[in-house]
Amino acid sequence: MSFDQILPYLAEAIQIGVKEFYFTGGEPFINPDLPKILEATLRIGPATVLTNATLFNAELVKELAAMRDSSKYSLELRVSIDGFSPETNDPIRGPGTFKRAMRGIKLLLDEGFLPIITAMRSWPIEQDEAQLYGFKNSLANVGYRYPRIKLLPSLRIGQEALRDRGYSEHDYITTSMMVGYDCSQLMCSNSRIVSTRGVHVCPILVDQPNSILGERISTARQAFELRHQACMTCYQYGALCSNASSAATSFEKTRLSRPRSI
Amino acid sequence: MHGTNSHSPKSQNPNRPQCVGLFGGVYSNYLALEALLEDAERRGVHRLYCLGDLGAFGPFPDRVCQILRETRIPIVQGNYDNSIGNGLADCQCGYTDPRDNYFAKLSYDYTFQHTSNDNKAWLQKLSPEIRIRLGPYRILLCHGSPRKMNEFLWETTTSDAFLNWLFEKYNTDIIVGTHTGLHWHRETSPGKHFINCGAIGRPPNDGQATVVYTIINAENAGLSDEASGVSDDRAKSENAGSDEKAKNACQLKVDFVRLGYDFERLAFEMASEGLPEEFIETIRTGWWTTCSEVLPAKERARGLY
Repeated sequence: MSFDQILPYLAEAIQIGVKEFYFTGGEPFINPDLPKILEATLRIGPATVLTNATLFNAELVKELAAMRDSSKYSLELRVSIDGFSPETNDPIRGPGTFKRAMRGIKLLLDEGFLPIITAMRSWPIEQDEAQLYGFKNSLANVGYRYPRIKLLPSLRIGQEALRDRGYSEHDYITTSMMVGYDCSQLMCSNSRIVSTRGVHVCPILVDQPNSILGERISTARQAFELRHQACMTCYQYGALCSNASSAATSFEKTRLSRPRSI
Repeated sequence: MHGTNSHSPKSQNPNRPQCVGLFGGVYSNYLALEALLEDAERRGVHRLYCLGDLGAFGPFPDRVCQILRETRIPIVQGNYDNSIGNGLADCQCGYTDPRDNYFAKLSYDYTFQHTSNDNKAWLQKLSPEIRIRLGPYRILLCHGSPRKMNEFLWETTTSDAFLNWLFEKYNTDIIVGTHTGLHWHRETSPGKHFINCGAIGRPPNDGQATVVYTIINAENAGLSDEASGVSDDRAKSENAGSDEKAKNACQLKVDFVRLGYDFERLAFEMASEGLPEEFIETIRTGWWTTCSEVLPAKERARGLY
């Protein structure tokens, strides 16, 4: 989206009291307007960008640092890497991407950013500890002493469905599964996604024609039926890809959890 | 040891001038709580309010409950109090990181085991919200946010627009919370304030061992009858309209108080109770060592880890 296309949505966000802003893609930094968009956003609220860090150069990172320093709000950068070495990352993200991402992370660290590293779990869950150890080592090599690493469940759609496996025909949410379920942990219960086509229910379903709920944020607040198979992953894991401050907390869920014996 | 009102501020008279002490995130730090009661009395604070999370982190959770029950300080329920009081499986702190959840569980299990059934029943009944009036200001006291007990409202991830939405939706001029444990204050438009009063249970991740509570004043607040005194506002919705003139005359003053206390004694007692070394390091050094994954970028950059 261009700067001019985004401006009306930022104005509307002030009107309706939006708490924070999140930019994703594809790779958002392919968009030449992104720095200008971020600067305008940071005047009115906090911004998070999900990036693969492969397009960073010293000049761009300095520009980002300057807008971060002149805002009272946080500029959060989440960097996606899917393996801690070229051998594990590049088959998923593309040849040469590991090396370029690590160079990007180094540039960010040099300017005082502490990016959150996100990795889609492309290994059995029992290997989490070994994988985390590998990530920490690779990040220590570029000078990241106490990295934040978030392991995310894989959404079995698109390339990931081809790489691993897609959802089965039984992966859907039934009415009875929603009884007593804490919907606040679902991104679609508290956020909307803006694209050139309109306002969508969530970033995962943007390619589905029925994901568009309206033209404006204020007219796209209606509830959305969790009828897609990918909804199953959010149902199971919650919106781990959002920030902890994004209301995706678990109050109702845990209130409904099994009471412990006293 | 703590007879009724023995440590509470001198005057609870609603017609006296306006000086209100706000604290939360006690986290079983009964030594900081005792220091606070003395400090508030010395500073002439007229009324104290606690914004919840009495247990967690520190030793002997019943001691904080005992002090607060004896002094009858009004208390807002925090997520920790809600969990302990209702016998839930975890503290509802909203962490997303496995290491944070590991330490949160250690802390929660200790607190749960060492809180008496009588105190659990008392914690369960605490109110999730208290509304008061300070001069012309309508004040809503909550734990996280007015809409969610465990919502994180960090200074650098909470937009003015969102706060303004909260002020309007909840029909108030000032919102005070504590949940994140980091103190901050912002006036989003004239007379509209958000305050995080800090936490007295652990230092605010800045390398100092002292903790933080907040004193607010409405200067010249005795100008009119309506503008006088702190009073419970729950039954006075007809008076809820804000008085812009009075607000102009009664500028709100917000002071964050750095509170010293015997943190070495607390550290010693935590060690003797077998609480994690990581917690003790925080008490001694003033740097957060656990439960810091939830910090936003700017707050994270100010910490050590």
